[in-house]
Amino acid sequence: MNFLAVIGRITVSFLQATGRLGIFGALSLYHIFTPPFYFRSLLRQMMTVGYYSLPVVGLTALFTGAALALNIFEGGSRFNAQSALPTIVVIGIVRELGPVLSGLIVAGRVSASMAAELGTMRVTEQIDAMATLSTDPFKYLIAPRIVATTLMMPLMLVVVADVIGVMGGFLIATGKLNFNAGNYMTQTMDFLEATDVYTSLSKAAVFGFFIALMGCYHGYHSRGGAQGVGISTTNAVVSACMLILLSNYIVTEIFFAS
Amino acid sequence: MTPKSVTPKISLKNLHKQFGPKTVLDSVNLDIMPGESMVIIGGSGSGKSVTLKCILGLLHPESGSIKVDGNETVGLIGSNRKKIQQKFGMLFQGGALFDSLQVWENISFGLLAQRKVNRRDAREIAIENLRLVGLSPDVAKLSPAELSGGMQKRVGLARAIASKPEIIFFDEPTTGLDPIMADVINELILQRVKEMGVTALTITHDMSSVRKIADKVAMIYDGNIIWTGSRSEVDNSGNPYIEQFIHGRADGPIQMEILKA
Repeated sequence: MNFLAVIGRITVSFLQATGRLGIFGALSLYHIFTPPFYFRSLLRQMMTVGYYSLPVVGLTALFTGAALALNIFEGGSRFNAQSALPTIVVIGIVRELGPVLSGLIVAGRVSASMAAELGTMRVTEQIDAMATLSTDPFKYLIAPRIVATTLMMPLMLVVVADVIGVMGGFLIATGKLNFNAGNYMTQTMDFLEATDVYTSLSKAAVFGFFIALMGCYHGYHSRGGAQGVGISTTNAVVSACMLILLSNYIVTEIFFAS
Repeated sequence: MTPKSVTPKISLKNLHKQFGPKTVLDSVNLDIMPGESMVIIGGSGSGKSVTLKCILGLLHPESGSIKVDGNETVGLIGSNRKKIQQKFGMLFQGGALFDSLQVWENISFGLLAQRKVNRRDAREIAIENLRLVGLSPDVAKLSPAELSGGMQKRVGLARAIASKPEIIFFDEPTTGLDPIMADVINELILQRVKEMGVTALTITHDMSSVRKIADKVAMIYDGNIIWTGSRSEVDNSGNPYIEQFIHGRADGPIQMEILKA
């Protein structure tokens, strides 16, 4: 009997959490599309999320592209398929590694900082204070963060990650593995299809939405001082990463079918 | 001596609030008249802050009614809630200043967010409000983290009065301040409240604050208002709870939940 009770309790609390998150997400979407809009906050968030994440996203992509080229060359040489290296690198980076690794890195950077900032604002009553100043925290704090991250992930970060990732592969291939630079670029461009780019950018937008949503959700519901803020920061990063990996599969499946 | 026909500014009827199984407000009844300075006293955990947050709409009571100017506010959402909220200003216990913004942006936050003024005017309004709380214009461009506790309280007060509310709430305005700064803050509250003719509701456990700023005093204990009276009646109320509280005795009808060693 006790065992059944445990299963029941886990199920109920899972459903509760899903429901709360669903309501939070719906409310956020509602507030994104209804005025007033706070453009100053939006610009500030775009700067923090987009511009300041560039170095770390760029470095990640560069080394991933380089390592991928080495691995593909090594693996490909086992059945004389080294010449497919440029194609595999560009498809691997653009369709999968560029968006997913950027997503995970940005989740660590941005979800955590959003959860910590909103959490601190919650426990120091700043969010309550905002409501008493006739300003909806959903509009002033949450909507700009979600919009900024959902836009900056595809339009800035993942575009840059894809390009630098391919360049990482290019540098290793031409510098170390004796590929001809011109041929490498031709092959890359010839085999890259528009669907690959759509997949990459769609993933980026979905990941961006989840990154900001998790950061805001956990931060907004923080309670209990420094420890509570710490817990919500951890939860934000972990749940954002999980959602990224899960939705990565789903988006891939959608584009695979088409 | 208020005639019966005057509508109370704020009227609480049978307000009940609980968190899970724990009842915080049992049945709170309280009327606050226009222009009156009401102070609610009570120990930690007696439900003072929860009462304030219910009136502000930050918490939702399980049952009971909260009327502002005779209109029911429980359950209001959206633009109706916003309309009521514009009547309120609040000074939070820890100041609750937005630390990502400069002092002047904090003070004019409500005006800016509602697009009532442009940024240049907002800055001037902020400086004017800083002057009203005894701070120099230089403070305007500092960030809240650079201010002392007393200055943060004063900036919080400036922010609360900047949008010219009809009702101002003060949540433990003197907690954490030295006695002199506490008196400065009390003096400022008194001055602002009288000058603006607003209705004030303060919660505190600081008796010197009560003696200075209260017209009326209400005592909350265990989720109920157990006594109300004017400031002059506090000292000879004949109520054992009030007696114990104002003299700060551990022995009496109010028992703290402490295990005796």
